[in-house]
Amino acid sequence: MSSPVAAIPSLPPSSPPPLPLHVDALVKRFGQITAVDGITFELRAGECLGLLGPNGAGKSTLIRAIVGRVIPDAGRAEVFGSPAASSAARALLGWVPQELALYPRLSASENLQAFGRYYGLSGKRLEHAVLWCLRWAALEDRAGELVRNLSGGMKRRLNMAAGLIHQPKLVLMDEPTVGVDPQSRNRIFEMIETLRDQGATIIYTTHYMEEAERLCDRVAIVDHGRIIALDTNEALVRGAFGSSSQVLARFDGAPETLAAWVAERKGRLVGTTAEFTIDHPTQIAGLLESASAAGLELVDVSLRRPNLESVFLHLTGRELRD
Amino acid sequence: MILPIVRTALLALRRDRAAFALSFVLPIAFFSIFAAIFGSHRDTVPSIKVIVVDRDQSAASRQLVSALEREGSLKVYTHSAPKTNEPPPADYTAATAEEEVKSGNVSVALIIPHGFGDHPISFRPQSDSSDSSQPVPAIELLNDASDTIAPQMVAGLLQKTAMTAMPSVMAEEGMKLSGENLGGFTPDQQKRINDMLAKIRQHQNDPAAAQNAPSGFSGGIIAVKNRAVVGENKNNPMVSFYAAGIGVMFLLFTASGAAGALLDEAESGALDRVLSSRVTMTSLLAGKLVYNTLLAFTQLTVMFLWAWAVFKLDLFTPWHVAGFLVMGLSSALAVASFGLLLASICRTRAQLGALSTLVILMMSSIGGSMFPRFLMSESMQKAGLFTINAWAIDGFTKVFWRDLPVSELWPQVGVLLGIAIALFLIARRIARRWEYA
Repeated sequence: MSSPVAAIPSLPPSSPPPLPLHVDALVKRFGQITAVDGITFELRAGECLGLLGPNGAGKSTLIRAIVGRVIPDAGRAEVFGSPAASSAARALLGWVPQELALYPRLSASENLQAFGRYYGLSGKRLEHAVLWCLRWAALEDRAGELVRNLSGGMKRRLNMAAGLIHQPKLVLMDEPTVGVDPQSRNRIFEMIETLRDQGATIIYTTHYMEEAERLCDRVAIVDHGRIIALDTNEALVRGAFGSSSQVLARFDGAPETLAAWVAERKGRLVGTTAEFTIDHPTQIAGLLESASAAGLELVDVSLRRPNLESVFLHLTGRELRD
Repeated sequence: MILPIVRTALLALRRDRAAFALSFVLPIAFFSIFAAIFGSHRDTVPSIKVIVVDRDQSAASRQLVSALEREGSLKVYTHSAPKTNEPPPADYTAATAEEEVKSGNVSVALIIPHGFGDHPISFRPQSDSSDSSQPVPAIELLNDASDTIAPQMVAGLLQKTAMTAMPSVMAEEGMKLSGENLGGFTPDQQKRINDMLAKIRQHQNDPAAAQNAPSGFSGGIIAVKNRAVVGENKNNPMVSFYAAGIGVMFLLFTASGAAGALLDEAESGALDRVLSSRVTMTSLLAGKLVYNTLLAFTQLTVMFLWAWAVFKLDLFTPWHVAGFLVMGLSSALAVASFGLLLASICRTRAQLGALSTLVILMMSSIGGSMFPRFLMSESMQKAGLFTINAWAIDGFTKVFWRDLPVSELWPQVGVLLGIAIALFLIARRIARRWEYA
């Protein structure tokens, strides 16, 4: 009888590295309100994904579920293969909340040091991280300034920097430009672009279409707790409008007449602006003639390529800022 | 334009219903507490605990003890409380009674000396020449110098109990009755009686006679010698009491204010951010507890140093320093936990402000921070045991007033640590609302 020979275990096929983020059928309810309604998506390494939707769409709740601050009623979220809210996930995540989550009586650098220590940084590592954050947020010359004395834009930048103090692999930014002036907003965009160029994986929530268009590789349009479309900016527009363009025209005339004419021409009335989708610019002349015949006097007209705002309007029937 | 401002302010107040309710509850609660402490007709005067040691065991001394036991304002103990399944405890001796006063278990002890029954009154007729050189046996009244009320009340009640009417009148009436019943006195007897009554009247009407009594003797029918067994050598008897009492009250305010930072952080979102890091809610609260404890202890230290520098509190002796450290840290830990609990209960700073004011002032008034607990009725004294103030003050009093060693602080330290642990655990449980949505 031959002695048994232990079989050499076959090596498993090398598994691909875990995705930075995998969200699967996530549901979160607050009483009767379903804030997140079965959202599923994945995030690829080095990608910047925009979550675009109006206020109350469920973006922040989704982010908070990923961060582990909200316990989902169903579904799951995994960060680099670890369950959300686990220690491993927390260490890899950087969260920039919508609120200015800072200590107002501490200086900029003291805030960064405090949050760095909360993530276990100390000594030289902490010192370097604080310096990097101050430089990234262009706050080196205001490092010793108390937060309450900083301008709104500076506070926003510091708020972002505090989320990156532990140099996370995945950054979640929840409307980081809320309430800042255009100049500060541009500064924030530059910061995010720097981060992207360095290969960071980012989720960026906003209800500003321009921000999503400028910063994000892919955009998920969120409404009523669901992702209703997820693709690149161009693919979303192409999917909704093909090669069509949009005509926006404003008229003088009786509102009832305008509404009846817009409905007859299968357009959409947004405020006092009539909006039509056309396949070719030559169709504009026919539209204007028809308006004139209906007794409407043209005030101005413009032609534009559809954008994410148009896609949102197309998909939901509402504007992003409703 | 005044009306819109009033309207807006009212609307804002109504939105915070808890704070709104507390603004009405607060005055009612305080009124009730002060009415309970000072205003109750049934329980206004606290019963004073008195140990009576009858060393004389004469008919007169037994009579006196019985009379004292019948006094409603006194709680007379001749021996400690019997325990079940144990032989009845022995009567107090002068030494054990003194220990009880020193430890603060009773306010006063009365030691009836040998020979009291032979000469129960504090003066004697001139004719009693055989004994005139001997001192009158005086009842010794052992007291705690911090309690200036109880000894006076007991001394007064002692006189009242011994003789409720004027002694000369009583004596004269007694003599008359005797004369009638005996068929009259001889002229010589009558002269001696008149001389004696004259002496009694002279003693009664001459304030100098009472003033000239030896130090520690109180004027009256019965000779009473006061002796403070606690605090007789203290520079300023009540400083340690007020340093502890006021100190703990403000510690409570400081702790609740500091713990209120939690509410600010929750409101600003900083708490969310902290909890998304490696910091857990337990470690966050533990960190706050340590900080608030150190803050409270520092505050207490500054207060006692001030009491030492300005009011001559005897702080720098090894026992006092050790006792202060033990009691200071225990008290600081308890108040820090208390602050965390309040902060975890409240939803807003306004609620915290109202609730902490309510609870802290209630605890401080019942617990003896505002006025000594021995001045309160027994039921209020018992209620005080549910406060941090009472245990902290008792502990500091043991250290600075009674000069007891640190080992004697175990009941106070045990209770304060127990309070700290219990309140922290409750606060941790309530703080789950911040943990996750």
